[in-house]
Amino acid sequence: MKITVTVNGTDYARVVEPRLLLIHFLRDELGLTGSHWGCDTSNCGACVVWLDETPVKSCTVLAVMADGRRVATVEGLASRPVLGGTGLDPVQEAFAACHGLQCGFCTPGMMMTARWLLDHNPDPTEDDVREAISGQVCRCTGYENIVRSVLRAAKLEGGDPAEQRLRTDPPQGGRAVHQGPGHVHR
Amino acid sequence: MLHGAVLRSPLAHARIVSVDASAARAHPKVVAVLTGADLDERGMAWMPTLVGDVQAVLATDKVRFQGQEIAFVVATDRYAARDALELIAVDYEPLPPLIDATTALEPDAPTVRDDLPGGNRIFDWSAGDKEATDAAFAAADVVVGCDMVYPRSHPAPLETCGVIADYEPVGGRLTLWSTSQAPHAHRMFYAVLTGLPEHRIRIVSPDLGGGFGAKVPVYPGYVAAIAASMATGRPVKWVEDRSENLMSTAFARDYHMHGEIAATADGRILALRARVLADHGAFNAVAQPSKFPAGFFHIFTGSYQTKSAYCEVTGVYTNKAPGGVAYSCSFRITEAVYLVERLTDMLARRLGADPAELRMRNLLRPEQFPYTTPSGWQYDSGDYPRALRLALDMAGYDELRREQAERRARGEYMGIGLSFFTEGVGAGPRGHMDIMGLGMADGADLRVHPTGKAVLAVSVQTQGQGHETTFAQLVAQELGLSPNDVEVVHGDTDRTPFGLGTYGSRSTPVSGAAAVVAARKVRERARVVAAVMLEVAADDLEWLDGKWRVRGDPDQALDIAEIARAAHSSLELPAGVEGHLDASAVYNPPNLTFPFGAYICVTDVDPGTGEVKVRRFIAVDDCGVRINPMIVEGQVHRGLADGIGIALMQAISFDEIGNCLSGSFMDYLLPTALECPSPELGATVTPSPHHPVGAKGIGESATVGSPPAVVNSVVDALAPFGVVHADMPLTPANVWLAIQAAGRKE
Repeated sequence: MKITVTVNGTDYARVVEPRLLLIHFLRDELGLTGSHWGCDTSNCGACVVWLDETPVKSCTVLAVMADGRRVATVEGLASRPVLGGTGLDPVQEAFAACHGLQCGFCTPGMMMTARWLLDHNPDPTEDDVREAISGQVCRCTGYENIVRSVLRAAKLEGGDPAEQRLRTDPPQGGRAVHQGPGHVHR
Repeated sequence: MLHGAVLRSPLAHARIVSVDASAARAHPKVVAVLTGADLDERGMAWMPTLVGDVQAVLATDKVRFQGQEIAFVVATDRYAARDALELIAVDYEPLPPLIDATTALEPDAPTVRDDLPGGNRIFDWSAGDKEATDAAFAAADVVVGCDMVYPRSHPAPLETCGVIADYEPVGGRLTLWSTSQAPHAHRMFYAVLTGLPEHRIRIVSPDLGGGFGAKVPVYPGYVAAIAASMATGRPVKWVEDRSENLMSTAFARDYHMHGEIAATADGRILALRARVLADHGAFNAVAQPSKFPAGFFHIFTGSYQTKSAYCEVTGVYTNKAPGGVAYSCSFRITEAVYLVERLTDMLARRLGADPAELRMRNLLRPEQFPYTTPSGWQYDSGDYPRALRLALDMAGYDELRREQAERRARGEYMGIGLSFFTEGVGAGPRGHMDIMGLGMADGADLRVHPTGKAVLAVSVQTQGQGHETTFAQLVAQELGLSPNDVEVVHGDTDRTPFGLGTYGSRSTPVSGAAAVVAARKVRERARVVAAVMLEVAADDLEWLDGKWRVRGDPDQALDIAEIARAAHSSLELPAGVEGHLDASAVYNPPNLTFPFGAYICVTDVDPGTGEVKVRRFIAVDDCGVRINPMIVEGQVHRGLADGIGIALMQAISFDEIGNCLSGSFMDYLLPTALECPSPELGATVTPSPHHPVGAKGIGESATVGSPPAVVNSVVDALAPFGVVHADMPLTPANVWLAIQAAGRKE
């Protein structure tokens, strides 16, 4: 089947088998290996991407179901680096600052969920964060530093002066991943 | 690139009558199919395990566990390779399977390994002084004993195992991109297996998505991918799926233990005794380097002043996946700590003593170190009472006990569980420990560029432990550099010195020490150059605040960057001085390091549903000098979550005919952010006297120490029902059953 999927603002047209999973389409067809595959059964969430505005587990979405729709992956989370800055999303900055990742395998999915949470709830409680990531698994951090990272990202975006030094860019909100074409290539 | 897929046995035990791959070979996208017979022609149908047994790569005679590898399909894409598996016809003659390890040595038990002479018995092994222990038991006021099972679990790193094998036939070079915690050991293994010379084999093990011991062994899928690449002359990629991972790669534990503890009436522990049946699965493929078949299990006297101890361990084959040593277990110390910490709690219950007080009474005292245990381990350093006191203070232990009493009066069941553990980590020394004859020593190469920026190459392999940070700090500290100026290279056998890799918490104790020794060599080389630059004798220089300074005139000083520039310049150096500052080291540790800790777990148990909620987890760890506290704490966070998973929800289980009932994350449960409370961490620091910076390993402490704290907590909560023990996992159903079995209110 021929499908056209807008991934991180870029249109990709491909002919795919109807059974091709979205995670394999992203990784193998488009070379976007930031999203990871971990379980096949929607339990681990290493493969979480956004389909339009909603986080989905891309190991249980067919690529053809994304035809004509927008997909946002971790590769689109950062904006293009500007001079003197990293271009990283505050969520990414916070994960780096709080030791929010160890092996890093769950991290792309965790960050996509965190970005979604903060777009919908800019000032989450610890319980809100735990609830939001409860459909995803991390084997390294015991979740503690992931929770701290998301709370710190919320602070960064809320403009807490103590955290200003970490910010390298204005807050991106959810818009960072949909900044228009051109900032993600193979 | 081609893609491989493995055909696996649906049966736990069956003779293979025939394997017909003709239809698969005719599939338009299939490039090759390898069967056991094909590998047999290349002498690769069987491979050695790391402990002297053999394991089938692709089965030739019979299958011995559900999920065992039978054939390997190579196709142009991964979906086609999977499709073609369906086209392979295997004719099986089913055999009665041996699933329950406790029946393995009965005369009519099915024989798993008819290729070996010894029946289902792998080994009988004992440690300690039997006579002295029996005498101590005979004379003791109190003896408490219990059967307990440490169930089969699985490390389940989020990334499964995989490899890209790329054999280049013209140059005869093999490159593997592989999930390996021990790239150098794997290289030697493949050299022996394939006959390729080691210098033509390169193993790249890039960032690993977790390992926890699961990526120490060599798996049949890796070998099949190598054989397929050698057969086709093309790169072959194989990545197992989650079910394959849970059903066929290294499981952990599966120890059936009977433990006994002897004590005086006033609660002094006198002796420990243990009988263990170890289920090793269909092949003895434990990944552990010691000369002891039960690993470090005989450290089971734990942290207490036990006078004598004796253990017997029997290992058996069953029709289940091979493994046994994985999941951050420190080579069976996990099982040992669980045994002694459960027994200590049972003893406290029997004596009506407080479990914290009983532990405090029996802990080794600081002045007893270095301490030699009854089974021969020499603990390097420790201040155990200090760690336990800190944990009790942090928990507000007395207040918790008061709260517990109040709640019990209201019919609420709250548990307070303690554990105190001593680990031995950082294998070797190489004289005692090896893998396939390769001694457990590790190298470090340190290059210092003319601008004073450094590159450290090490043999160990990070899986998220942050070696890049920790080792950069070690070198930076020794040389007065910024950690940002030290790049750490690992995970590529072409770019790193030889060494045995990362497992058993050995990276900082062994490789970290090698890095420090190399850095100190660099510093001494720099001293000679600095002396020439400052026109003084080398003996007149002292290292102070990151610079070589002239004694008595400390402003006359040079830092490493200045010296490195000069060492690469036209500066005239004394005869015999080579110039440059680069140095190498190989570190053979004189002993293990012995980290320890005190954990307290507070649970709330609903006796109606059997649900356990972990309310608080207090963990005091002493891993000697902490090089990077944030990373150390990250390691502890993980291990506490492991303990919650292992104690409350995980087990790899089988039905009576050997079907694995835990082949996905829907059945093998992992703790999520909702089950893991925010942990409360504390630290004491007792440096290791033999490590160059006083550090001990920390990677596995919490995984080892936390499960008994959780179980002790749940059993404590259920004490009013008369529950004295319940085996893991303490799922709601098992908790409920334990309450029903106890069947009474105390």
